[in-house]
Amino acid sequence: MTKIKSLFISLLLTLGVSAAIAGSHGSTHDLVKERGKLMCGSNTGLAGFGAPNDAGVWEGIDVDVCRAVAAAVFGDASKVEYVPTTSKVRFTVLQSGEIDMLSRNTTWTLSRDVDLGLEFVGVNYYDGQGFMVSKDLGVSSASELDGASVCIQVGTTTEMNLADFFKANGMSYESVPVETNSEADAAYLAGRCDIYTTDASGLYASRAGYPDPSAHVVLPEIISKEPLGPAVRHGDSEWADIVRWSLNAMIIGEELGINSGNVDEMKGSNNPEVLRLLGVDAGYGAMLGLSDDWAYNILSQVGNYSESFEKHIGPNTPINIQRGLNALYKDGGILYAPPFR
Amino acid sequence: MSVIIQSLSRNKFYNWVYKNLFSSWVNTIMTIIAVIFVYEIGTFFLNWAIFNADFRTNFQGELITDRTFCSKNISPGEYGACWAIIYARWDQFMYGLYPIEETWRVNITYALLPLAIIGILFDKLPYRKLFIYFTFLFPFIAYFMLYGGPGLSTVGTNKWGGLLVTLFLGVTGIGLAFPLSILLALGRRSKMPIIKSLCVVFIEFIRGVPLITLLFTANVMLPLFLPDGVNPDNLLRALVAVTLFQSAYMAEAIRGGLQAIPKGHIEAADALGLTYWQTTRKIILPQALKIAIPPIVNTCIGLFKDTSLVLIIGLFDLLGIGRAALADMTWTKLYYEVYVFISLVFFIFCFGMSRYSLYLEKKLKTDNS
Repeated sequence: MTKIKSLFISLLLTLGVSAAIAGSHGSTHDLVKERGKLMCGSNTGLAGFGAPNDAGVWEGIDVDVCRAVAAAVFGDASKVEYVPTTSKVRFTVLQSGEIDMLSRNTTWTLSRDVDLGLEFVGVNYYDGQGFMVSKDLGVSSASELDGASVCIQVGTTTEMNLADFFKANGMSYESVPVETNSEADAAYLAGRCDIYTTDASGLYASRAGYPDPSAHVVLPEIISKEPLGPAVRHGDSEWADIVRWSLNAMIIGEELGINSGNVDEMKGSNNPEVLRLLGVDAGYGAMLGLSDDWAYNILSQVGNYSESFEKHIGPNTPINIQRGLNALYKDGGILYAPPFR
Repeated sequence: MSVIIQSLSRNKFYNWVYKNLFSSWVNTIMTIIAVIFVYEIGTFFLNWAIFNADFRTNFQGELITDRTFCSKNISPGEYGACWAIIYARWDQFMYGLYPIEETWRVNITYALLPLAIIGILFDKLPYRKLFIYFTFLFPFIAYFMLYGGPGLSTVGTNKWGGLLVTLFLGVTGIGLAFPLSILLALGRRSKMPIIKSLCVVFIEFIRGVPLITLLFTANVMLPLFLPDGVNPDNLLRALVAVTLFQSAYMAEAIRGGLQAIPKGHIEAADALGLTYWQTTRKIILPQALKIAIPPIVNTCIGLFKDTSLVLIIGLFDLLGIGRAALADMTWTKLYYEVYVFISLVFFIFCFGMSRYSLYLEKKLKTDNS
């Protein structure tokens, strides 16, 4: 047994030593620069949000946040190493320092922000629980769903939200419990339930794969708040600032009408905020410890928020999500970034 | 009916059929039901998987580049599987996200793997000694080829995936667990109380805990125990869990072999003045391992399939990479194709292992009689 024990210990030691490159105690920003690439916690595969394509390149709106940060730090959006994380290990992977930031449809809640020692730096997608029904049912609002049967994943917060919503509206329902997303799709398509409920983005993604997507509607009612956003570790505010403002730069870019196509022309704009953002007026990069063209790099390589949205989940993609809540505040949504000055 | 069949019974084949399939009315009905059942399932599956399926082009002759080109999505109900997803994602299924221009390194490793294990599997192989030497050399070659070193660029294990991760965890896990499990089995039968109880506690603890729990522990707890910033590789963490798990199960299989050896052998060895290690190495283990081979292979098959559990800690093994393929909007919802393909790959390996264990059983039978 001593043999086994020493074998085990030496095994652990070799593992440790071989991986002890990241052993210094510097700030995350220094660590990232030293390493030469950003370690970004991604999804293990969620359509439109983060998944590898046929060529093995990661794509999605969550992935674009990682790329924006890499563009800001290195001037090269491709210097990202993606670490696929499941919902069960995502927070420990971040806490243990294996990744520099987490960008994988994670809901910002009080307990996660405070108790888990995370810092959510913003919201890149406002999600919420919604309902999908077949068009044949002729239902246009969730208030007409009294007595319906509902496909619902067991043991999730969606289950509680559903019960609360029906109770509050004095309606009854019959739940059809399912285990996974794919099971829910199958049950819903086979007509075992009238309604399928989960996060609205999930409903859209499911619908995109149905034989006839136009035969199903996602009802306008959203019954829970699920702000999804990137997170970093607590206690490194400078790094949090970099990630926060990388996301903000994408949103401000849309607000100011700067996209990857016209970013070079916009350098000659006479709007002072545009000039500050693109680094023509120097000084704003240095505050973050970045080069002055950091936001220019984001907008030229990744694009603004609307470009990212349209490319991965917008109405012209199979997922077909309308901007809705995720439109800019001046277009009727709630997407709002503090001013760049 | 029986008259007709009896008239045919001169023929040996019909005789066999009559005896085994139509000997009584109950038997006849069972046979008919079974034949209908197999026929229905078989034709349904073959039609779906081969005759009505798309491979690289759809029924209009177009090359399939995304799911909307699949015949079954163009005209629902008439067509079967759409295998284009397997073609499009073949590299990912085989190598994960390994850089395309470096995949030749994985191919060489795949090609050398059979040479490395053939020496262990067949004892009458010509030049077996050379093959065994190669077996011990292989881990270093594989490490160099896959991970990189002088002259080859480094490919981090987070890029590994698909069959590569499945085979890596399966083969390395079994390879490392084997010596560990022999020590554990011997320790459990040892007369020294501390060693014995340590081995018992270890084996029973590991066997009493699901592999998923061990994987989580290795993935989540290990970094918390180690000093700050020391992050053992994700794949290695999974490997530690898989190895410990496998060693406990294999140790029990080997203990079964140890117990089957008559006490007289040990006493005879003692009488000849052999030391404990001499007795163990030359008399006990050769016999015990022979007896234990079928259960050992059994646990190996189990482990090989269990490696797919690593997908819950975010590793892209064969199953994980398949699920990632399904999450790509280009191919989403082609569940059946992906899962059938993955089961086929697993089946090939597991069936191979079980045939090998049958072959061994037969061989050992003649040895002993």
